[in-house]
Amino acid sequence: MEDMSQYPLELTGPDVPMVRFMNVTKSYGALTVLDSLDLDVSEGEMVTVIGPSGSGKTTVLRMLMTLETINGGVIYVDGKPLTHMGKNGVLVPADPKYLRLARSSIGMCFQHFNLFPHMTALQNCIEGPMQVLGLPKNEARERSEELLSMVGMIDKKDQHPSRLSGGQQQRVAIARALAMRPKVMLFDEVTSALDPEVIGEVTGVIRKLVAEHNLTMLMVTHQMAFARDISDRVCFFYQGKIEEQGAPESLFGNPQRERTQQFLSAVKAAD
Amino acid sequence: MSYWEFLAQNAPRYLDGTLVTIAQFFLSATLAILVALTAGLMKMSRNAAVRWTAGTYIEIFRGTSLLIQLYWIFFVLPLFGLTLDKFYAGFVAVGLNLGAYGAELVRGGIQSVPKGQWEAAYAISMSPAKRMYRIILPQAFLNMLPPWGNLMIELLKATALVSLISVTDLMFEAKQINGSTFLSAQAFGTALIIYYIFARLIVTPFMRWLERVMARKMGRA
Amino acid sequence: MFDWRWDFAFEILPRFLQAMLNTLAAAGVGYGIAVVLGLVFALAQRTPSRIVTIVVRECVEFIRSTPLVLQIFFVFFVGPQFGIRLSPWVAGMIAIGLHYSAYLSEVYRGGLDSVPKGQWEACTALNLSTTKTYFRVIIPQALPPSLAGMGNYLVGIFKDTPMLSVIGVAELMQAANGIGGSHYRYLEPYTMVGIIFLAISLPAAGLIRVFEAWMRKKLGMN
Repeated sequence: MEDMSQYPLELTGPDVPMVRFMNVTKSYGALTVLDSLDLDVSEGEMVTVIGPSGSGKTTVLRMLMTLETINGGVIYVDGKPLTHMGKNGVLVPADPKYLRLARSSIGMCFQHFNLFPHMTALQNCIEGPMQVLGLPKNEARERSEELLSMVGMIDKKDQHPSRLSGGQQQRVAIARALAMRPKVMLFDEVTSALDPEVIGEVTGVIRKLVAEHNLTMLMVTHQMAFARDISDRVCFFYQGKIEEQGAPESLFGNPQRERTQQFLSAVKAAD
Repeated sequence: MSYWEFLAQNAPRYLDGTLVTIAQFFLSATLAILVALTAGLMKMSRNAAVRWTAGTYIEIFRGTSLLIQLYWIFFVLPLFGLTLDKFYAGFVAVGLNLGAYGAELVRGGIQSVPKGQWEAAYAISMSPAKRMYRIILPQAFLNMLPPWGNLMIELLKATALVSLISVTDLMFEAKQINGSTFLSAQAFGTALIIYYIFARLIVTPFMRWLERVMARKMGRA
Repeated sequence: MFDWRWDFAFEILPRFLQAMLNTLAAAGVGYGIAVVLGLVFALAQRTPSRIVTIVVRECVEFIRSTPLVLQIFFVFFVGPQFGIRLSPWVAGMIAIGLHYSAYLSEVYRGGLDSVPKGQWEACTALNLSTTKTYFRVIIPQALPPSLAGMGNYLVGIFKDTPMLSVIGVAELMQAANGIGGSHYRYLEPYTMVGIIFLAISLPAAGLIRVFEAWMRKKLGMN
């Protein structure tokens, strides 16, 4: 059993990161996917996570969204622990009630959109604000329509997902997640399931978000050029650890580690 | 008296009833399978009259209650000159009723065999009979097994109704015991447990075993 | 050989129509109980508690694997043994409702399992509560695949109402038995009951198919 007293109950001080992974480990049985990971994301930063499959990059996002449990270490969001809660002066695993409260500041967009098929685009967007945040219908509508306009889907607001293309569905999914006004937005390979010609629709929306908002964002993607363009920092994962990280120009332009170089040249060859 | 005393005292009657139920089960199951195969294949015939005959049988026996069919066979058929002893009336009714459901399963199983199989057999000039017997039915059989497993359980439960025309099966004995001891929970409860044991611990495992054996034979395990 | 007497048939028809109302009422109430209780059983098998899941599972299997007619006797006779007198109607409703709730819980289970995992994850990402997740997102999607099974069991319940005659519930079968016994003529009563059942269950099965298609369209999933 890990000694939890080494972890603070709260992060204090002047430069508290929006997200902090402290010594985080995740294993599935004998397979260790994340290995004592330390990762900080500052407020308003856009971090892209790249790496070969099985490197743990998607797991990082899923754990932040509490879709996976933690096996070691602690994750902090906005200074407060996400995966644990304070009890009698020490951190213990969070109970479901605490977890629900804690993850309300995280939003996620999935590779396969996961829109609710029995609701229209607009209904998908107002669902969270109304049912979770308790907003009255007209306020939820207003907020959702604003977001749908921003992603360019306002004229399709009364359509069901089955009538929308992949790119359109993903844009609605982004609006839906933003409607919850999260502090941290996660993008898990949001263009991997799209036809090449519509990838631009979705990356365009993400660009807009980066330019116009101060959201903290984590993105897993295979779109290297796009990542290079908009990220503040890029992390290259290998076998559950950060192999190398830095500003996009330095990581892509001048990778220091051999594995990073190998990965980047393999990706370039595939383009 | 305690439950064990109750059991000890009535065990012979439960045993007799169970044996009759087992007999009814096997006889109705055999009839149901034969009828299902026949009607299922008939329904896929190109001849409209053949299809229609099978279709009528299936709709009538699926659209009315087993209990009605049972009473009809036992009480009304004699008026048409066909008098069946209650034991026979019992399993004939159950077999015909569940055979109608089974016919749909046969049809479904055959239709779920990929079209390519029919075409391959056709391409090597197999006769229709051989094609059905050697290529289609074996594959259809494996596809059909899971829902047939459920049907067998339904069949077991259906045999309980023959007690209502005084066939001395497990259910009949349970009613008798209830009538003489007034210990309803024990009387009917024991019968429920015996049916449950048969369904969960004998019929279902057997069907699963059959599925595994067939899957291996078909090279799919 | 057979001599069908139309005058007799018309004479007893009114009694059948009255009994038919009872049959439909019995089927309706029983089905109503089963629809709700079945959902309870299905959801109970999804709780984190392993004990609850296993116990409910075994109960459902027990009810599904044993004859309804025996369960009807059990419910009717066990009450008095412990001092509770149940009317045939109430005992019948309990037994049929319980029996079919076990069937429907399996149908619901299949429907719930068919909802893609991503839907659950989206609900977590939007932070919807468990109740809201189930009732606003998951169950609406579990409904269309479940409708075929639900419809089949509605017709099935209707066809099982004759079993209630064994404890004296005044439905169609009971009426036929009564008429047959008192007039010593079984041909017309049993045949007419059979025809009445056919006349109701066949169109009902057709209507259910139509309803299922309409539901799919309404929920925008096709």
